[in-house]
Amino acid sequence: MAETNFPTATAYPEGAERLSEEQREAMRGEPPFAEAPPTDSRLVRALKEAGITAGLIAVLTVFFFAFKTDIAAGGLALTADPIQWIVWIAIAFVGRFVLSYLVFANDKPTVGGWKKITAATAGWPVGKVIGAILLLVALTLPFLLSTFLPSQNRYLLDLSILILTYVMLGWGLNIVVGLAGLLDLGYVAFYAVGAYSFALLATNFDLGFWVCLPMAGLFAALWGVMLGFPVLRLRGDYLAIVTLAFGEIIRVVLLNWANFTGGPNGILGIPKPTLFGLEFNRGAGSFSDFFGIPYSPIQRFIFLYYIILALALLTNFVTMRMRKLPVGRAWEALREDEIACRSLGINTVNVKLTAFATGAMFGGFAGSFFATRQGFISPESFTFIESAIILAIVVLGGLGSQLGVVIASVVMIGGIELLRNLTGLQAIFGAGFDPTEYRMLIFGLAMVLIMVWKPRGLVSTRSPSAIYKAKKKIGADLVAQGEGH
Amino acid sequence: MEYFLQQLINGITLGSIYGLIAIGYTMVYGIIGMINFAHGEIFMIGSFIALTVFLALAAIGVTFLPLVLLLMVIVAMVCTAAWGWTIERVAYRPLRGSFRLAPLITAIGMSIFLQNFVQITQGARVKPLPPQIQGGLILMNNPNGIVVQISWMQIIIIAMTIVLMAGFSLLISKTSLGRQQRACEQDRKMASLLGVNVDRTISLTFVIGASLAAVAGMMYLLYYGVIDFYIGFIAGVKAFTAAVLGGIGSLPGAMLGGLAIGLIETFWSGYFSVEYKDVAAFSILAIVLIFMPSGLLGRPEVEKV
Repeated sequence: MAETNFPTATAYPEGAERLSEEQREAMRGEPPFAEAPPTDSRLVRALKEAGITAGLIAVLTVFFFAFKTDIAAGGLALTADPIQWIVWIAIAFVGRFVLSYLVFANDKPTVGGWKKITAATAGWPVGKVIGAILLLVALTLPFLLSTFLPSQNRYLLDLSILILTYVMLGWGLNIVVGLAGLLDLGYVAFYAVGAYSFALLATNFDLGFWVCLPMAGLFAALWGVMLGFPVLRLRGDYLAIVTLAFGEIIRVVLLNWANFTGGPNGILGIPKPTLFGLEFNRGAGSFSDFFGIPYSPIQRFIFLYYIILALALLTNFVTMRMRKLPVGRAWEALREDEIACRSLGINTVNVKLTAFATGAMFGGFAGSFFATRQGFISPESFTFIESAIILAIVVLGGLGSQLGVVIASVVMIGGIELLRNLTGLQAIFGAGFDPTEYRMLIFGLAMVLIMVWKPRGLVSTRSPSAIYKAKKKIGADLVAQGEGH
Repeated sequence: MEYFLQQLINGITLGSIYGLIAIGYTMVYGIIGMINFAHGEIFMIGSFIALTVFLALAAIGVTFLPLVLLLMVIVAMVCTAAWGWTIERVAYRPLRGSFRLAPLITAIGMSIFLQNFVQITQGARVKPLPPQIQGGLILMNNPNGIVVQISWMQIIIIAMTIVLMAGFSLLISKTSLGRQQRACEQDRKMASLLGVNVDRTISLTFVIGASLAAVAGMMYLLYYGVIDFYIGFIAGVKAFTAAVLGGIGSLPGAMLGGLAIGLIETFWSGYFSVEYKDVAAFSILAIVLIFMPSGLLGRPEVEKV
C-alpha cells in the first residue's frame, strides 16, 4: 500500500537541506549520466590540460605581453617583449599542471573537513559573538592605534574611516538589494546627491555639517523616490541596467551643469564638522583650547572616525529595527516573491519606494560625510565603479547579512590598501614595479574568484526575521535572494 | 537638408558599430538570460588587438592596405574570440544554475579586471592612429560650400556590417549550430535531453559574439582613430541599450536598435548638445524599458507563477 507522504516543514530530518545542496552541487553543469572512464593516465592528462591552458594563455596575451603599443615621436610605436610573454606562458603551464595533477584529480575533495566544521558550529551564535567583538574593536580603535601603532596612526585611522564609509554604504545598499531584492547598480547617484547637497548648501548658505546632514539625507531620499518611481515595474537585470543609467545621467549632469555644480572642477572649501561649535584646529575656540589639551591634527581624524562609526551604527540599527517592523517584513516578502506579496494585499509600490528611499537616505548621509571628510568633491568620485564596488561588497558579504558587509569591506577595501605596503615586491619585479597600479586589477579578479568560490557570499546563512513556531536556520540556498522581483 | 543628410550617414555608420556589439548582448541574454557586462570590454580588447596587429604589420613592412585590413580582421576576431571563450569558461560557467545576481557580479568583476589589465599592459594614454582610408564619395555639392560626403571608411563599415549580418542570419537560421542555439534559447534542459551539447553551444555563442565585437572594435579604431582602455564601458552600455530597444533576444532587433541609437545620438549631438549625448542614450534606455519592456521586435515576457 503506497503511502503518500507530504513533507511538511517539521518532517525534514536534520541536515536534509545540506544534503540536497550537496546533490545539487554535484549535478551542476554535469550531464546526469556517468562519463566514460578516462583512458589516459593522470600524468598524461595533466600534461595535456596544462598544454591547452598554456596555448590559450599564449593566444590571449600575445598582444598584451609580447607586443605593446607606445606613444612615440611620430605617432605610435611597437615594442616587443617576448620574454615576459614566455614567462607567463610557462607560469600558466606549470600552474595548471600542478592543479590538474595534485588538486583536481584528487578524489577526496579537500573542503570536506571545512564543511564538517561549519556543520558543527551551526547551532552557535557565532555571528553575534563576532559582531560584538568587532563592535568593541571599532569603538576602541583610535586608542588601540595610538597605543600600539603610533607611527602609522594617522594612515591607519584614515583607512578605517574609508572602510567604515564603505561599510555604511554597503549597509545602506543592503536594504535595497539584500532585503527588498531590488538590484540597484546606480547607488552612487544617491551618494553623489548627498555629497553635492551638503557641499552646495554649505558653500552657498554657509550652513554647518550637522544642519546639512539631515537635509542631505532627505534630498537623497527624495531622489530615491523620484528615481524609484519610474522603475517600479522593472525586475532583475533590467532594473539593474536602468539604475545604472540613472547613476550615469546624474554624473553627466553634475559634470556639465558647470554654473551650478562647478562642473569638472567640483566644489572646493567644504567646511569640516564641528563638535557643538568647537572646531578642530589651532587657536582660540577650538576643541583643544576648550578642553585645555595640546593640539594635535589627529584629533580631527578621531572625531571623523567616530562620526562615521556613529552613522554606520545608526544605519545598522535602523535596518535591524526595520526588519522587525511590518515594512521590513514586507521587504523580505517582496524579495522572495512579488506575486505572492501582491496577492496577500501588500502594496508593492509603497514597499519598493520605502526601500529605495531608506537606502538612498543612508547613501546621502554617507555622501555628505564623504564631502566633509574630503573638503572637495567632483564628479570624478561618483563613477560607476563606486556603485560596482558597493554592490560587490554587499553581494560578496552575503546578501542581507549585516556582518557579511563588514567582513567584505575589510577584505576588499583594506586588503587592496595593503598593496601599498608591498614595496618588497620591487625586489622581485624590478624597480619600476608599482603595486598600487594593480589595485583595481586585483579587485576585479577577487570579485570573480570569491563569487565562483562562494556564490552565496562569505556569510551565507542567516535566520529569518519572521518566525513561525520554532526558530530554524534556513540555508541561503533555499531563498531566492536577489531575484529582483 | 544637407546637414541632415550628413548626420544621417554618420548616424548609420555609428549605428552599425553599435549593432554589431549589440548582437553579442542579445545572443547571450537570449541563451542564458544574463547581461554579459564584460562584452563592452571585449569590444575594447578587439580594437586594441587590431591596433597592435596594424603596428606589427607596419613594422615588418606589410603596407598593402587590403591585406593589412584582412589580417587585422582575422587576427582580431580569433584572439578576441579566445577572450570571449575564456571569460565564459572562467567567470560564467561555474555559476550556471546559481542565483541570478551571481553571474552579473562576476561579469562586473571581469569588466573591471579587463579594463585594468589593458590599462596596465598597454598603458593608460589615448592611442591615436592616423586615418588610413581617406577620401570618399561626394553625394551632393551645394554652391554654398556645404558638402554631403560619404567616406570610403563609412562605406566599408556599412558594407561589412551588412555582410556580417547576412552571414550571421544564415548561420542562425540554416546551420545545425544555429538550430542548437535556438533550441538552447527556448529550453536548455530539453535541448540537452535531446542531445544538444549545451555547454558547447553557449561557449560558441560567446565566441561568435566576441568575434563580432572584435570587428566592431576594429572599425571603431579605423573610424575614430583614437582608442583607450575605457571605450568599452560607454560603448557597451549603449550597445546594450540598442539590444533592449530592439527587443532583447531578437537579432534583427539588435541591428535595428543599434541603428536607432546611432541615429539618435548623432542627431542629438548635431542639433542639441554634444555634452548630453550620453544622457540622451541613457534616457532612451530608461524610457524604453519602462514603457515598452519587450522592445521593438521582442516577444513579451510572460510571468508565470
